Amino acid sequence: MGDLVQLLVSGTATGAIYALAALGFTLLWQAAGVINFAQGEFVMLPAFAMLAGLAFGLPVWLAFLIACVLAAIVLGAGFKQVVVDPLIRHGVIPLVIATLGLAIAVKSTVRAGFSAEAHPLPSPFPTGQLSIAGINVSYADIGTLALAGAIVIGLQAFLNRTVTGRAMQAVAQNTESARVLGIDVRRMVLYVFLINAVLAVVAALLIAPTYLAKFDMGDSIGLKAFFAAIIGGFNQTRGALLGGVLIGVLENLVGFYISPAYKEGVALVLFLGVILLRPEGLLGKAEERKV
Amino acid sequence: MNRITTLFAALGLALAAAPALAQAPIKIAGLVELSGTGATSGTNFDNGVKLAVKEINAAGGILGRRVEYTSGDTQSNPGVAKALAQKAIDDGAYVVMGPVFSGSILVSMEETRRAEVPNFTGGEAAAITQKGNPYIFRTSFTQSSAMPKVARYIKNGIKAKTVDIMWVNNDFGKGGRDMIMKSLEAEGIKVGVDISTDPGQVDFSAAVLRAKQSNGDALFVYTNEEESARALRELRKQGYAKPIVGETVLTSQKVIELAGEAANGAVAHVGLTADAPLPTVRAFDEKFQREYRSKSDHNGLKGYSGMYVVKAITERIGKVDGKAFAAAMKGAKISAKDHPGVLMDVTFDQNGDLDRESFLTKAVNGKQVVVETLPPLGAK
Repeated sequence: MGDLVQLLVSGTATGAIYALAALGFTLLWQAAGVINFAQGEFVMLPAFAMLAGLAFGLPVWLAFLIACVLAAIVLGAGFKQVVVDPLIRHGVIPLVIATLGLAIAVKSTVRAGFSAEAHPLPSPFPTGQLSIAGINVSYADIGTLALAGAIVIGLQAFLNRTVTGRAMQAVAQNTESARVLGIDVRRMVLYVFLINAVLAVVAALLIAPTYLAKFDMGDSIGLKAFFAAIIGGFNQTRGALLGGVLIGVLENLVGFYISPAYKEGVALVLFLGVILLRPEGLLGKAEERKV
Repeated sequence: MNRITTLFAALGLALAAAPALAQAPIKIAGLVELSGTGATSGTNFDNGVKLAVKEINAAGGILGRRVEYTSGDTQSNPGVAKALAQKAIDDGAYVVMGPVFSGSILVSMEETRRAEVPNFTGGEAAAITQKGNPYIFRTSFTQSSAMPKVARYIKNGIKAKTVDIMWVNNDFGKGGRDMIMKSLEAEGIKVGVDISTDPGQVDFSAAVLRAKQSNGDALFVYTNEEESARALRELRKQGYAKPIVGETVLTSQKVIELAGEAANGAVAHVGLTADAPLPTVRAFDEKFQREYRSKSDHNGLKGYSGMYVVKAITERIGKVDGKAFAAAMKGAKISAKDHPGVLMDVTFDQNGDLDRESFLTKAVNGKQVVVETLPPLGAK
């Protein structure tokens, strides 16, 4: 029983990190019709920005805050203005190709600047474990769950209970109607890009201490976040959360009860199952589109 | 008259210098993992070779000829390594250095063997030198010579009766797992859980939990650098408190750097370490750190000492001839006194395996500390 609880907690913590990146996928898709295949690299870049901050002797929290600001400028506003805005009018496919190219360019640049070797990033949480009734849970997992949970709950509250959040949802549901209602669509879309950038920094802070900061660390997390978004429902932010947690927990259970060798295939099998049986995702809604 | 004398003198000098200038450089090709899962190993190996080549050229080259070293990135992919080996042969390489990954060398060495080009590898899988290839030579111990020493330490040092094994599912890991199981059995030690992990695996939570729930007295970890660091971090995170033992990689400087505090207490047998209490190794360590502003792991020492073996044997045979080189390597003994670049006295057997002193190391406060020097297996 203790094993199972420990596996569930640690799987949920890992899944929460996937969910943060997956949330970015769904937010960008809903608000701007963008599928960002450089999402994994958007997580990798802040990890290196924090590394650079630490190299200058900054504490982790300050390096994190600076990375948030830089990410908002470069991965948020910069990405929107330089890549998305000029290409969006040509449809989804050119933008998908552009983000794939961007991912390669970012990886190559980081590799050239920081070498292909992995780099350690200190954990923001203390080492050690909390033992309750024979169940051991690490402080790192508790911290990850708490921080990711707070971010997700805060984001949901922002989207559902503030005027700006509702305006963003209105833009996501129907851009033309939102514009008619007087909502500043461009600004709302920009907010989504900024939120996505900050979510990527949080994911980097949580995952890099375990995964190690490496130029290709985004490959794995980007792919799993994409699978998580599809599994949960690409047009539902709650779906991204469910997809992320589902992948994290099932990976842990398969790794423990079957073999760690099969862990990496869990997300793919889930993805295939959902695509075949419920293409709109577990929480997604079927969309119709005129062609 | 003076002008004519000067002209003749100049002509004489030019003619005398002509053979040296006309001599083509000795081409050495590096097949190294500069990206992918082996980036840490390959980069260190490559840097070690480069440092040795720089020193050799500064000291006049080999047999008066400059050494030209070019390295290609195998991307930690055996297929790419094979293609690069063919390219190295087409480019006229005298000796090929690398790859480091056993899976890659097992594939690429078929090309160098066919072309009769000597090939030094950093790979440790026992199978590499068991294929009857007369052109393959190691820069480090084979698993079959290292694992018995590890098993002996597990029995006598930590007095474990049952050991769990965590290994990486590639040629290196599989070879090491098979060999440690055999060695443990020979020492009367049982194997508890047998945990396979993937190359490049990032999440070790389930693997560590399996080890934690086992009744083993210790854990033997045999994975590549980054995976070792991730495993150590996860072991620390989950509060694993039993002895953690490895071979070569586990306490390498790069793993300690990546794992941070989580590496403390891990013990490993290493064939080469930049912290070895030997003047030649200390000198290497200083030069490497000055050149690359980082400490070399064992792969850097492999590349460096391997390149100096190339120099020593080439000078011994007195010509740049791959076939003669390979023949001279059989049973070769090279002394560190005569060739400080080889770092330690070393002997090669008929298969290309080497023997020399080795070390038992422990990670203490972010550093690899040599706790014992072990004699060569062939020492009487």
